[in-house]
Amino acid sequence: MRAPNWLKIERRPTVSGRTVFIISVSAILAALLVAAIFFAVFGVSPIHAYGLILKGALGSRLGLAETVRRAIPLLLIGVGLTIAFRALFWNIGAEGQLLMGAIAAAGVALFSGLPDPLLLPAMFIAGFASGAAWGLIPAVLKVKLGINDVITTLMMNYIAIYLMEWLIHGPWKGPTARGFAYTDQFPRAAWIPTLYGTRVHWPTLVLGLLLALVMYILVTRTKSGFEIRVVGENPDAARFAGISQFKTTLLVMLIAGGFAGLAGVGEVAGIHHKLLGPLNISMGYGYTAIIVAWLARRNPLAVIITSFLFAIIISGGDVIKVSLGLPFQLINVFNGLILFFLIGSEVFIRYKVSFSFRRQ
Amino acid sequence: MKRFPGVVASNGVNLAVRKGEIHCLLGENGAGKTTLMRILYGLYQPDEGEIILNGKAVRISSPRAALSYHIGMVHQHFRLVPTLTVAENVVLGLNEGTGPFLNYKQTCKKISDIADKYGLVVDPRAKVWQLTVGQRQRVEILKALYREASILIMDEPTSVLTPQEVDQLFSTLRTLVDDGLTIIFITHKLDEVMEISDRVTVLRKGKAIATVNTAETNKAQLAELMVGREVVFRLEKNEVNRGEKILVVDDVHALNDRGLPALRGTSFDLYEGEILGVAGVSGNGQRELAEVLTGLRRARRGHVTLEGRAMINCSAREISDMGVAHVPTERKRIGTVPNMTVRDNLILKTYRKPPFSHGMFLDNRAAEENARKAMDEYQIMAPSIDTAVKVLSGGNIQRVVLARELSGDPRLIIAAHPTYGLDVGATEQVREILLAQRDRGAGILLISEDLEEIMTMSDRILVLFEGRVMGVIDAKAAQIERIGLMMAGIEEEEK
Repeated sequence: MRAPNWLKIERRPTVSGRTVFIISVSAILAALLVAAIFFAVFGVSPIHAYGLILKGALGSRLGLAETVRRAIPLLLIGVGLTIAFRALFWNIGAEGQLLMGAIAAAGVALFSGLPDPLLLPAMFIAGFASGAAWGLIPAVLKVKLGINDVITTLMMNYIAIYLMEWLIHGPWKGPTARGFAYTDQFPRAAWIPTLYGTRVHWPTLVLGLLLALVMYILVTRTKSGFEIRVVGENPDAARFAGISQFKTTLLVMLIAGGFAGLAGVGEVAGIHHKLLGPLNISMGYGYTAIIVAWLARRNPLAVIITSFLFAIIISGGDVIKVSLGLPFQLINVFNGLILFFLIGSEVFIRYKVSFSFRRQ
Repeated sequence: MKRFPGVVASNGVNLAVRKGEIHCLLGENGAGKTTLMRILYGLYQPDEGEIILNGKAVRISSPRAALSYHIGMVHQHFRLVPTLTVAENVVLGLNEGTGPFLNYKQTCKKISDIADKYGLVVDPRAKVWQLTVGQRQRVEILKALYREASILIMDEPTSVLTPQEVDQLFSTLRTLVDDGLTIIFITHKLDEVMEISDRVTVLRKGKAIATVNTAETNKAQLAELMVGREVVFRLEKNEVNRGEKILVVDDVHALNDRGLPALRGTSFDLYEGEILGVAGVSGNGQRELAEVLTGLRRARRGHVTLEGRAMINCSAREISDMGVAHVPTERKRIGTVPNMTVRDNLILKTYRKPPFSHGMFLDNRAAEENARKAMDEYQIMAPSIDTAVKVLSGGNIQRVVLARELSGDPRLIIAAHPTYGLDVGATEQVREILLAQRDRGAGILLISEDLEEIMTMSDRILVLFEGRVMGVIDAKAAQIERIGLMMAGIEEEEK
């Protein structure tokens, strides 16, 4: 078997930012193209469907607000994940870290008895700490015992999910919830303010934007960022240079877990105002954010754009359901396809593929 | 006299190789030797020009296509799966046996037959991770022969071998050629060219400068062709000006990666202003010694003191702070971060101190200035300070490592294989740099498997065998035969 004559595959010595951008956009377009087949199968014109999705997600004040509020958790988690991925820590556990953040925030809101002005700050701090702690467990297991981080972070998600289920069905089940598996509603002081008439809990959004900037500075301008890059690019050289892999890994997971925890605080205190089923709170933000961070090519600032992009897709899910009468799960097909093409596109970043139809 | 079975022309390079000869491709790093061979092996496609094989123009689009033309390649860095056996590695990717099943016994037999015929002694059932580097190379050659290669490309095959293994390899190559194979041998070592080749083509800056019959040339002429100027083979070396005792290594024991004893009571002293060469066959504890001395491996027992201060089992960072520089064996795997820039690699160890950082922030301007100065001082050839180190040639990567490690005038320099894989020009420069450090008063431990290097550079020579010091001899009085015997573990009582 020989490679066909018209195909040329060569390693790229260096890659420009422009090339990466073009390849990333092409990957998304390719995913949209394949997703179009699904619409066609359901008997809907893909162009019509994409038009509706864009209009639904961006075309009205309310639609835009829904898109933005969905971008908030993706932004927070995505920014944290870029840091973890830079140190080559494969944190698939942001979903669980988000839920742990939500649980901690709910605990503070319902049971701490803190004075009103301290309530929200305490919830954010507790949410950060709780998400971070959840992320640090796999970090310690990886560096000290060599246990695979993908497996542990993923499994920790299930522990968080069932812990939450147990709490809302058991000890934290609210007397006022009329038999539903909810906690009681949080006191008003524990609600994050929203933009008028929307569910955009803007303080969390501002926090996310700020953290994206801070993390960008951390990675590019600080000693810790330098260490994170060295550990991620070449752990052996890090050891040689006397950089502690343990401390660096703990730091990145403190950030990644903590930020996911903050996202959890935002969801319960900004939108639901109570603790309820894990699926109602997150619907997979922790997983989608992996694609968000990857599409941003691990650049925290680029997450601002990519998180918004994926929020459009999630909002598109509503449109698909309401206007087109198609299953909401189609958005998972979208996400899957985008990740699929993104990972596939890595080949084109590393190799230059060209065609020639010249005669031999 | 003979037909011309292969003519290559690419990027202006014309190379004609005759059937049944050993043809050396000689050139400095970056001269285009490896690129040319990768074109032949189908890894790169030529932009212009053609390859003519046995009189016919061919297009080699992939390694698989190359194999179908009976072209095999032994890469400088082996392409083996360590957890598989030799036999499994050899047949990997081939459609052997019936259906999905491999007739293991038969395969092993076939491999053994080939191995016996050409003196490539290796157990087909051994796992590759258990083999020495020399044995692994034999597996690579077996892979090519099993695929019925009639043209064998060898990319710097001796750079990883001991002198004995080189002799063995050369005798294998001669048997292969006697059997009608053609061998293209890439190297930058003049001695090898003279010893093994029938003809030699010299490459410089991507161009073929000349093709000559080995019998009609000499080292000086080849070196001049290769470098483009006359090369001095004798190093200018000042009289040793030995000072205080700087490093004391006393009864050090350490394990290797497999948990077996690698250092068993190693003891020696090192003085300031001298180069102590460590000779020995690969795998006798050299690597572990360098790692223990630089904080990358824990010693189980023993004492190491640097200027009177205990240094054993300190962290890599503490040891570096004590003024110990480390030029590691594997510059790409350990010594640098290939994806990071020249600028960042130059501050890999100093980034956390002023002027490169203040508080928690890095000072990019200081790093830039440092990089410009280092590029100038050490003649690092890179397009800019923001170039990723991975695209540089081996010599330039080593210059980056040296520039970084030698900044701040270290007291002790542990240099492991500092010229390994470097071309003549770069080797010359690296050696001069190390000698200048010695004259400045630094103590240098030079670990090398290149005996010639040990002999020319060292003031004293220490021979390591099975993790013990066989003896330390004055370099001026050293005879290569005696060192060879000590490397083989003979003469222990004389210690």
